[in-house]
Amino acid sequence: MPVRSRVKTFTMDGQDVSGHESETILEIARQNDIDIPTLCQLDGLSIIGACRLCLVEVVGWNKLVPACATYVEEGMEVVTNSERLQNYRRMIIEMLFAEGNHVCSVCVSNGNCSLQYLATKLGMDYVRYPYLNPDRTVDMSHERFVMDHNRCILCTRCVRVCDEIEGAHTWDVEGRGYKSHLITDLDIPWGDSRTCTSCGKCMNVCPTGAIVEKGKPAGEMIKRREFLGYLTKMRGVNNNE
Amino acid sequence: MTYYSGIEIEQGNVSRINEEIMSKYSVPLPSDDKRWRIVQGTMRRNGFRPDALIETLHTVQESFGFLDEEALLFVSDALNVAPSQVYGVATFYHFFQLKPAGDHVCSVCTGTACYIKGGRELLTHLREEYNVEPDETTPDGRLSMTTVRCIGACGLAPAVVIDGEVAGRLTTEMLSERLNAVLAEEEAAL
Amino acid sequence: MTIYDTLQGMAETEHDRQAQFENEMWVCLASGCASQNADQLADRLADLVKEQELEEKVNVKCVGCMGLCATGPHVTVKPAGQHYSEVRPEDAEALVEAAKTGEPYEPLYEPEYSQFFDRQTRIVLENAGSVDPESLEDYLVHDGYKALNIALTEMSPDEIIQEITNSGLRGRGGGGYPTGLKWSTVAKAESDTKYVICNADEGDPGAFMDRSVLESDPYRILEGMTIAAFAVGASKGHIYVRAEYPLAIDRLNKAIRRAKRENLLGNEILGTPFNFSIEIRLGAGAFVCGEETALIASIEGKRGQPRPRPPYPADYGLWGEPTLINNVETLANIAPIIRNGSDWYASFGTESSKGTKVFALTGQVNNTGLIEVPMGITLREIVYDIGGGAPDGRAVKAVQTGGPSGGCIPEHMLDLPVDFESLREVGSMMGSGGMIVMDDTASMLEVARFFMEFSMTESCGKCIPCRVGTKQMYDLLGRIESGVGTYRDLQLLRELCDVTQHTSLCGLGQSAPNPVLSTLHFFEDEYLSLLTDVEAAAD
Repeated sequence: MPVRSRVKTFTMDGQDVSGHESETILEIARQNDIDIPTLCQLDGLSIIGACRLCLVEVVGWNKLVPACATYVEEGMEVVTNSERLQNYRRMIIEMLFAEGNHVCSVCVSNGNCSLQYLATKLGMDYVRYPYLNPDRTVDMSHERFVMDHNRCILCTRCVRVCDEIEGAHTWDVEGRGYKSHLITDLDIPWGDSRTCTSCGKCMNVCPTGAIVEKGKPAGEMIKRREFLGYLTKMRGVNNNE
Repeated sequence: MTYYSGIEIEQGNVSRINEEIMSKYSVPLPSDDKRWRIVQGTMRRNGFRPDALIETLHTVQESFGFLDEEALLFVSDALNVAPSQVYGVATFYHFFQLKPAGDHVCSVCTGTACYIKGGRELLTHLREEYNVEPDETTPDGRLSMTTVRCIGACGLAPAVVIDGEVAGRLTTEMLSERLNAVLAEEEAAL
Repeated sequence: MTIYDTLQGMAETEHDRQAQFENEMWVCLASGCASQNADQLADRLADLVKEQELEEKVNVKCVGCMGLCATGPHVTVKPAGQHYSEVRPEDAEALVEAAKTGEPYEPLYEPEYSQFFDRQTRIVLENAGSVDPESLEDYLVHDGYKALNIALTEMSPDEIIQEITNSGLRGRGGGGYPTGLKWSTVAKAESDTKYVICNADEGDPGAFMDRSVLESDPYRILEGMTIAAFAVGASKGHIYVRAEYPLAIDRLNKAIRRAKRENLLGNEILGTPFNFSIEIRLGAGAFVCGEETALIASIEGKRGQPRPRPPYPADYGLWGEPTLINNVETLANIAPIIRNGSDWYASFGTESSKGTKVFALTGQVNNTGLIEVPMGITLREIVYDIGGGAPDGRAVKAVQTGGPSGGCIPEHMLDLPVDFESLREVGSMMGSGGMIVMDDTASMLEVARFFMEFSMTESCGKCIPCRVGTKQMYDLLGRIESGVGTYRDLQLLRELCDVTQHTSLCGLGQSAPNPVLSTLHFFEDEYLSLLTDVEAAAD
């Protein structure tokens, strides 16, 4: 019987790389300093493959695949940054800007926002799609934090960190489609939540200015995410098993 | 397969389970209303497992007509599912209603066949003549309108369901006739 | 005596009982007719037969869907074969009289009725409209459970899978994935626990094939699932059925209870060591739950949101175990294939698409209803020969197949054969079987917007391109339709179609642009004529 190889060799953007069969394209890309944009993915949280920014091409495959959720295979030729991919990524960011009410100049996270960073990096200079200007609310009821639904991109990082790491599951998503939005408990004001432990993990993993700390001035609203790697290691959590 | 206190619980086979063990997982019923027992029965049949959430919500809606806060919190508590998750599930599925319906309910089928054969005119008619929007109830609480995604009666297009009865091949006049008859019944009874 | 012998004894007794009647009156009691008071009609007929002391001569039998749902309730008098439509309870007396004398009751008599069936080939629907769906005995009379007995006592799981593979059967839920291959993948997966799921979450708005099959022939689905479970090594099954189908749920529940009593489900089925149980799970109104991973999430009690594939359910499905998911119509084909052999089945259809397909023929067409046709038949034959063309002598403009994931096929292409590949090549798809005929009054733009509204409200909201893309496309279609759209809007629309199609997470988003793309392709003029700057389009 032939011996099964657990290490796969393949190419990424023409570069020879290798990875263990339990590693994803995204992990190998990061090990090799190949930058693939991500938004919903965060080390330590479960993988959902929802933002579609990390889609890559694999030569000979007829569909684009999410780098975060695709394991490496022997001999695959991965293309991470073709013009087509760049276009799609820019369009997805445009869609997000058009969907919510994102006004960087008046946002406390200006300068410390993943959405803003990606827009700049992907060269999105303006939004061609009509702004949907949804009527969204700001929940100021919590004593320490603010939830501004105008700036929420529904990446569900807060939902996952609260459920998977904190174990409270205070957050979830109501409804579906473009009408869906985040809720605490039975869609009650955050400050009235029976389940929230006020740990602030949701605020720290939020990529935009949707969940922020009260009283922080713009420029100082910096999210700290080191705890995620530490906690997952200490608790031996593996959310993808 | 789920294990509680070392006892294997197989779905549909919970009669084997010791009531005593089960009772640990039972939370008090919200009130004496007998319908809560029916709801609890569904949960019991499913071993109070979190995945019985949708089945349980179906039973609540069947028993009470809609899902209110009390019911959602009870289900959350009894099945060990976070309130936000219960709410997320209840609002994801179109079938679940979080508001009580009016005295009479008119559901307009918005499936393709009905739409093409005049369903949209029926919708407009209800909006204009009865002053009611989809998923809303008239201010006097007499009539609720909902839309459904195909009731599978495409041969009868356009179709509506009035208080559970399918009425097919309707014109706006026939719809008014039917609705007025239903609405008048009650007035006569008063 | 084996359990199967006992069942055959039951079948014989039932057969003899039926043979003693001089006349049978079949009353359709599927949803379409039931909503038109067919149940009262059936009661009235039975009462009359009793009153006139004809119980030994005339049998009033409740049967499943006869197909022509628009003109219900339907009654067929056997053996004369007289068919009556739009029968009211007050007509019962006249019908009983007709059955007695053999003379047709003219006012409701439909002598042309058989023409509707002449071009059809009924495999899935062979029992629909002639067998009592609530009677196991009647199912047994019509070769019911013969296939399961062959499968469990004469065949190995591998042989069954080989037989299904040889038949060329492909998934009837829309994708057309080879059923035999799917089964062998699940069979290969290593696990002590495997599941079989019957996907009865018929979500295509304008299709009711699955509902009809479940209401008309529930035992056939149980038999198909049981054979599938034996072949792949599963011990548990779920039927995920729409809560909007109460009659189908009721009949399935009855059938499951009865099958358990007769050792056709449960432990040691037909006296063999094989165990399999089936449980019903109710859907709650979410089209996206037709997607396999979303369906699994829903059975697990969660929001029905899809997850990236791979891993496929065959490998990692319900509760992380290998899971076979087949559509209702696919499973309805299993028993006939095992009973009659794969060669027989493969003799129907085309080279790449074997067998038959059930369609719900609706829209602007004279004969609306449920039809089953061999693969490879042309759309023209369906629309004109079976459907009788558009009413009021209007011209047919296009035919829409595949529901919100499909496209519109213009009149001049109706000679296209109906098979998986041909439909895909013209930008539509087989889909689950909705077929909507549109006459020359239909606006293609409006049709595209109707389906986009559907996809938009049914989008689960998880991935960005589907959540936002469908909303943007819907708004743009609305702008163009109301006459304020520009050429630039049209360009943006095309671009959004492209990004949504290629970057969405699941099939719902990936196919949501299809109705727009196909109408843009075949009816571009309708779009262009509505733009404010048509001149720009010319450049």
